[in-house]
Amino acid sequence: MLSIHDLNVSFRTRRGDVNAVKGISFDLAKGERLGIVGESGSGKSVTSYALMRILDAGGRIAAGEAVYSGIDLRRASESAMKDIRGREISMIFQNPRAALNPIRKVGHQIEDVLRQHAQATAANAKEKAIAALEAVRINDAAARYEAYPFELSGGMCQRIVIAIALACNPKLLIADEPTTGLDITTQKTVMDLVDDLVRARGMSSILITHDLGLASQYCDRIVVMKDGLIVEEGDPVALFTNPQHPYTNRLVEATPRRGVRIRSLLPEDQRTPEPPRTIGNDPLLDVINLKKTYMGKSGPVHAVKGISFTIREGESVGLVGESGCGKSTTSAMIVRLLEASSGQILYRGEDLATLPALQFAHHPLRSKIQMVFQDATDSLNPRHTARQSIAEPLLRMSKLRGDKLRARVEELATLTGLPTHLLDRFPHQLSGGQKARVGIARAIAPDPDLLILDEPTAALDVSIQALVLNLLCDLRARLGMSYLFVSHDLNVVRLLCDKVVVMKGGAIVEAGSVSDVMDAPSDPYTRELLSAAPQAPQRSIA
Amino acid sequence: MNGRGAAISLRIAQAIPVVIGVIVISFLLTRALPGDPAVQFAGAAATPESIEQVRQSLGLDKPLPEQFIIYVGQLLQGDLGQSVSTGRPVIQELAARLPASLELTLVALILSCAIAIPLGILAATRPGSWVDQLCRLLVTAGVSLPTFFTGLVLIYVFYYLLGIAPSPLGRLDFIYLDPPHVTGFFLIDSLLDGDPATFMGALRQLILPAATLALFTLAPIARMTRTAMLSALGADYIRTARAAGLNRGKILYGYAFRNALLPVVTTLGMVFSFVLGANVLVEKVFAWPGIGSYAVEALVVSDYAAVQGFVLAMALLFVVLNLVIDLAYSIIDPRFGADAK
Amino acid sequence: MTDQTSTAPATPAARHAMAAHMLYVCRENPVTAASFVMFAFFILSALIGPYVVPYDPLATNSAIALQAPSLAHPFGTDNLGRDVFSRVIVATRLDLIISVLAVAISFVIGSILGAISGYRGGWIDSVLNRVLDTIMAFPLFVLAMGIVAAMGNSVTNIIIATAIINIPFYARLVRAEVSIRREAGFTLAAKLAGNSDLRVLALHIFPNSLPPMMVQVSLNLGWAILNAAGLSFIGLGVKPPTPEWGIMVAEGANYIISGEWWMALFPGLWLLLAVFTFNLMGDGLRDIVDPRRRT
Repeated sequence: MLSIHDLNVSFRTRRGDVNAVKGISFDLAKGERLGIVGESGSGKSVTSYALMRILDAGGRIAAGEAVYSGIDLRRASESAMKDIRGREISMIFQNPRAALNPIRKVGHQIEDVLRQHAQATAANAKEKAIAALEAVRINDAAARYEAYPFELSGGMCQRIVIAIALACNPKLLIADEPTTGLDITTQKTVMDLVDDLVRARGMSSILITHDLGLASQYCDRIVVMKDGLIVEEGDPVALFTNPQHPYTNRLVEATPRRGVRIRSLLPEDQRTPEPPRTIGNDPLLDVINLKKTYMGKSGPVHAVKGISFTIREGESVGLVGESGCGKSTTSAMIVRLLEASSGQILYRGEDLATLPALQFAHHPLRSKIQMVFQDATDSLNPRHTARQSIAEPLLRMSKLRGDKLRARVEELATLTGLPTHLLDRFPHQLSGGQKARVGIARAIAPDPDLLILDEPTAALDVSIQALVLNLLCDLRARLGMSYLFVSHDLNVVRLLCDKVVVMKGGAIVEAGSVSDVMDAPSDPYTRELLSAAPQAPQRSIA
Repeated sequence: MNGRGAAISLRIAQAIPVVIGVIVISFLLTRALPGDPAVQFAGAAATPESIEQVRQSLGLDKPLPEQFIIYVGQLLQGDLGQSVSTGRPVIQELAARLPASLELTLVALILSCAIAIPLGILAATRPGSWVDQLCRLLVTAGVSLPTFFTGLVLIYVFYYLLGIAPSPLGRLDFIYLDPPHVTGFFLIDSLLDGDPATFMGALRQLILPAATLALFTLAPIARMTRTAMLSALGADYIRTARAAGLNRGKILYGYAFRNALLPVVTTLGMVFSFVLGANVLVEKVFAWPGIGSYAVEALVVSDYAAVQGFVLAMALLFVVLNLVIDLAYSIIDPRFGADAK
Repeated sequence: MTDQTSTAPATPAARHAMAAHMLYVCRENPVTAASFVMFAFFILSALIGPYVVPYDPLATNSAIALQAPSLAHPFGTDNLGRDVFSRVIVATRLDLIISVLAVAISFVIGSILGAISGYRGGWIDSVLNRVLDTIMAFPLFVLAMGIVAAMGNSVTNIIIATAIINIPFYARLVRAEVSIRREAGFTLAAKLAGNSDLRVLALHIFPNSLPPMMVQVSLNLGWAILNAAGLSFIGLGVKPPTPEWGIMVAEGANYIISGEWWMALFPGLWLLLAVFTFNLMGDGLRDIVDPRRRT
């Protein structure tokens, strides 16, 4: 049905042509569900844009063939392509809210496609658009027809995008990271919906994702890409159980999943034994009935509704939940960036909630509670070099100056695995993983006892994530820190934490040891979260 | 869409504190600044007695809050004081001259939008092409142009050198009679009167000053159109539309341009501010009998009541224009009023 | 790259890097380089112009009134026989002083107001917004006219009026730039590093708002000159016989329709060039203060 041979895609830039895709070949049969998996910069999205011929300005298919049902996609005229897009081959995208025209009713956006491909007349367009909305299981479709994207949730927007893509009954659906940015439960409903529709209509599909687990769950066959090349292809089980290419192997190993230890994420030669650590009996942090209430436009919003939990000395606690569950608000209150409405935050018996957040900067305990932020890029001052960023807390909170300061910064860099020659670079000159290390080095610089980790790996590729998680694992043993690990990803929490606290709607639904909660969840919501997480096929040999 | 109706009412209500602020500032400009307003209002040829008389008639011997109440009371009755130079009430003078200024401003704005918006779109759809280069040159050069200087250059070239423009004196040459007053806009009134000769005469007078103003406002509008169009064309929803096979015209105008229009409309508020200011200079250069040249003449003879009345009138006009722009925005953007957060 | 630490202020190496960076910016963009050269020319005119011009800009001589440009008088003479070239050059100082002072005042006041209201939010923000809305509710040139007319006709008052009408631009820009960074990761990180709010605002948030502000500064410099010249064109502020571009154009305007173009053209051209220079400098200034442009 689709046959790609030696496809090359290049972009014209000021420094000459850059090849994003360097000669890839694969075939897609009718009704087949293909997954293209790769990390950022692997050329997986570019491949799909090239097939649709919707590359950005400067991009073009430099060489190779792409034939769809006998049509040469490389040489077809623009007007022929226009008829193929949406009618034969459709596409859905990541970030669904941005993928919809913000000032046009969603119903009209569906009508535009139907009218374009002569699938509807002015008279029956509305009826057909509503039918398309119903097909993606939108309740009360007639009312949703009138809605604008800003009035809908992210998951709902993605359904609209799917409705637009499927309105004209195309034969092939390309899904480009369709669930990035969606909550894990929404991700599951969206993926299940797409999968059901594709199967029911006998369509072929290409799922482009960075998540090997997701691809293996929803695809018949997987192609792994790296740096514009296909390194391996095969069926998901084979790929997981017996990867041939070292890169696939590393990718498979680095994907967090059930039943592996944190060290197994690393390449085999780097698997040093996990350092021993001791968990004390005394509580380091005692959160008691903590509440946060905002004044919203329409009355008070209870972001955190009185939660209590304890972190013991040396213990790592995971705080898990979907967006809006109050986990970030909770961590902001503990780290004293946000005033609590009521409740206690006892740090070794001293109630931090009574200390005004505004003056906490000069409190001796400031150095004891630090945080690593979600987005490493955003959390580094773009005008400061890595050295300046790491030195900042030392300048404010220690007496180190001059050579001693230099030595300490370099020691921290070494500790976090950041080559010291990179210290004088600005954030924009560092890679994502390096920026994450700078952020961690800065957080541990004042020698904290409690480190709050706010999804520190969410923006990283899985191979980098594996390194950073292991670094965090080493650091806590070495420096005797306790962690509060905030995350939406249960598989990651399982690797790093001793205890887990599951939050929903500002309240704790379940808490306990990682093994208890993960293996025998008592709350239905925890079960839902666990089942929504994509499950990679188990490796026969662990 | 109840929220939207509420948001629109809220926007109209928000104009009220601004109007109050404008009145306070113009009161402060009149009464509270250094210098003796009585001396200023009495005019250049004042005697100590006449100054004292002015002081009392303006209530300047009373405390400031009381003066403010009197001032507001007078405003509510449409009393902006007497113009010393003409002896007529300032409000009448302004009302008589306002249509001339509005006609000039609106024609200039229509002219510049008609050129700038297509230019901006062309530049954005063909980045790097000669249209784009031309647009960038015009944009940078355009904001650098002192309007009064551009006006003089146009007069020199089209009146003195080429002799194709009429003498730059007023709205209509002496050979024509003013058309009967209906709207006060000569172009419209002459057409209503069925007098094409007068229409052409008025148009010939109008072209140079309107072109001067248009050249000045071209730059910000073209720049914003280009930028907004570029960012709209780079947006994710354009990619969705392309992937769905929509044709180029639909994508360009139905999707990109309508979104790009939002920042352009917002920019128009700033453009109005510029154009109303530049109006004063252009009216002086072309001896255009609008409120701007009236204010300049009043300045020369220290007719302060006239100047303050002019400032207040311009501000109120601008508040209304901004309101109109925001309401236009609310029509285009369904999100208006929904972004409560 | 330099080996400075955050404790060291501008080490020689850092200064060297800055110069290298400026050179790089200029080489990358010839337009920027040209605008810097022109800016240097105007600064030079302002500094030494009055000492090197061939004629006394105020000396009248009716015998040579209204002469077209010649070798002796490259820009011609005006209706009182004064040398237009000397007057144009000498006027540079006054025009630059007005615009630079006005922009500096509005930059400082606007930045402080905008930074506080953007960082703190709440009622301070609301009050400031109302005040700015009120100022912006006037067509700005008209407000400047009103202020100068009310406060009296002087150069100082022109500067004050121009500063006042520019304040809202800076205040709004800084407010927006600060409030988008108020919750940014690096701001929170700076707080965790033990910085007080004032330090966070002054040393972390504000410097990052500089690049877009530089564009605004350069546009405003041009606009301030236009504004001041416009005011003197209609007879406010600078009084004859002081040489100033706006007033010279106004004096020349009466002679345009009789064909004596040079009286208005040259001061107008200089005004235009100055504004053009400032406008072109914007992108270059932004690139210089933006470390992300360094490679």
